[in-house]
Amino acid sequence: MPDLKTLVLGQKEAADLDDEHELPHELMTVNMGPSHPAMHGTVRIVLSVDGERIVKGDIQPGYLHRCFEKEAEHATYTQVFPYTDRLNYVSPMINNVGWAMAVEKLLGLTGELPRRAEYVRVIVSEVSRITDHLTCVGASAMELGAFGPFLFFLKAREWLYTLLEEVSGARLTHTYVRVGGVSKDLPDGWVAKLLHRLDELAPVMVEVETLLNNNKIFRDRMAGIGAFTREEALRWGCTGPVARACGIDYDVRKDHPYSVYPDFEFDVPVGTTGDCYDRYLVRIEEIKQSMRILRQACAQLPDGPTMVDDPRVALPPKRDAYNTIESMIRHFKHIVDGVRVPAGEAYCFVEGGNGELGFFIVADGTGRPYKAYCRSPSFVHLSTCQQLILGHLIADVVPIFGMINMIGGECDK
Amino acid sequence: MSQKVLDALRAKFGDAVVATESQHGDEVALVKRDKLVAIATWLRDDPAMAFEVPVFVTCIDLLDWRPVKAPGQPSSTRPAWDNVDGKAPRFEVCWQLRSFSRRHRLRLKVALVENDLKVASLTPLWSGFDWQERETFDMYGVEFQGHPDLRRIYLYDEFVGHPLRKDYPKEKRQPLVRRSDLVGDH
Repeated sequence: MPDLKTLVLGQKEAADLDDEHELPHELMTVNMGPSHPAMHGTVRIVLSVDGERIVKGDIQPGYLHRCFEKEAEHATYTQVFPYTDRLNYVSPMINNVGWAMAVEKLLGLTGELPRRAEYVRVIVSEVSRITDHLTCVGASAMELGAFGPFLFFLKAREWLYTLLEEVSGARLTHTYVRVGGVSKDLPDGWVAKLLHRLDELAPVMVEVETLLNNNKIFRDRMAGIGAFTREEALRWGCTGPVARACGIDYDVRKDHPYSVYPDFEFDVPVGTTGDCYDRYLVRIEEIKQSMRILRQACAQLPDGPTMVDDPRVALPPKRDAYNTIESMIRHFKHIVDGVRVPAGEAYCFVEGGNGELGFFIVADGTGRPYKAYCRSPSFVHLSTCQQLILGHLIADVVPIFGMINMIGGECDK
Repeated sequence: MSQKVLDALRAKFGDAVVATESQHGDEVALVKRDKLVAIATWLRDDPAMAFEVPVFVTCIDLLDWRPVKAPGQPSSTRPAWDNVDGKAPRFEVCWQLRSFSRRHRLRLKVALVENDLKVASLTPLWSGFDWQERETFDMYGVEFQGHPDLRRIYLYDEFVGHPLRKDYPKEKRQPLVRRSDLVGDH
């Protein structure tokens, strides 16, 4: 194939391509992104390739930087919720819960919430985790040429988005959780609908697993690609499915239990090889475990209020706000000045779709955070990619990025 | 929760640990800048500490720090670290660490004054701090000495200033500049 070789080397005239002659070892720079059809987010990679093998990859995020931290410093604690929706926009509920829990930690409200509020939070978080994994696996399969699983999973994802829309009023940017609870209770009959959708989701999982698990193309593209050892994963700070695929059984829900997760029985799946295929298997199993948690949570869901009865964080009832001057003033102060959080600092983290999602807040006693930092798992995992892609082919960048599940909004903040 | 980490740290390094604090279940240790690498290496390698996992790096700009005291709260939430070498520090660089095997966490801090924003990088110890330190450099201008590749990460090289500093106005706009590495050869 003399034409191909000339093309790769970038030389115009056909060179002497006898096998006896050594090919020049010149590195070539290939620019991938920032807007590339096979990449999930907007990220640019400057690859140095030897032939088609990657020698160095300079990954440059930041195209979706929307100044989350600077904006949060100028917003009240409640006004930050819409910004957190736009971090990991595939599972916004988990971001909402993470931010609320960090503020509650500073307020000393951890563990003080009504049981129903905690259960509702767990339910919406787990639904979000499923949508996150469905998107990740579906989109990755599509990028490797399997369009069917993508359609099956997006169909299922849409069922769940519709359910979350019924809860919050928005399909993606929910802003549902509040400091001290959730903004409104689940609608009537919602739990039955969720259980119905879970029953429908189970056969979809079987369908997709049948299509992918032993698919030769899929396995060839995934197995042995982008592998990390256990030690490397720890040193790079990996968490979530990426770490679990390496055999690290770290799950915030188990290791640092929060909310009502200790009430549920679920397993933490771990892989052995740490490659893309194991990451895929871990994600598939996590979807099933989340369904298991959801079924238990729906069965045990207690009655009661969904907001803590604490005047520091809860809005007065609408009836009082309209009829008494004290409640009206309280309502006004709450909206304009925000929830007054005592001075201090705290780091609070939850198990996000992609790993440990944490918020580090420094409060100065006013209604706005003095500093708000988001520890986004996508950012940490994307930084490992500069190591993961070394020695692989350019085509392997696609499954590696797919299984890292870099979400632009979360990575770039 | 892991008070014994702080006790062990104090017992081992004495004066190099300027102050320690436990707040909301988080353990914080402010250490001297020139002892940072020694302390961090010990925290990673000592079997009783075993902080294998890097969590995050960030920085706190204390320029506007005037906390409102709530009734019943102690007067200062930043005990004893109001002075570093006689000057009030403006920045606190934080490294959050976690131990996977021992299940404890620690936030290491170093206080820096405004005109000497240099601190040793911990990337050689934990690879995961690579981008995090670049982010802190990008947003606050802290220079991590010994970092293998200290460049801006979210913003472009031509950007002037460090946007998460308290004296950088939120409304300030800077024109997008064409990147030099998009044209010409490398």
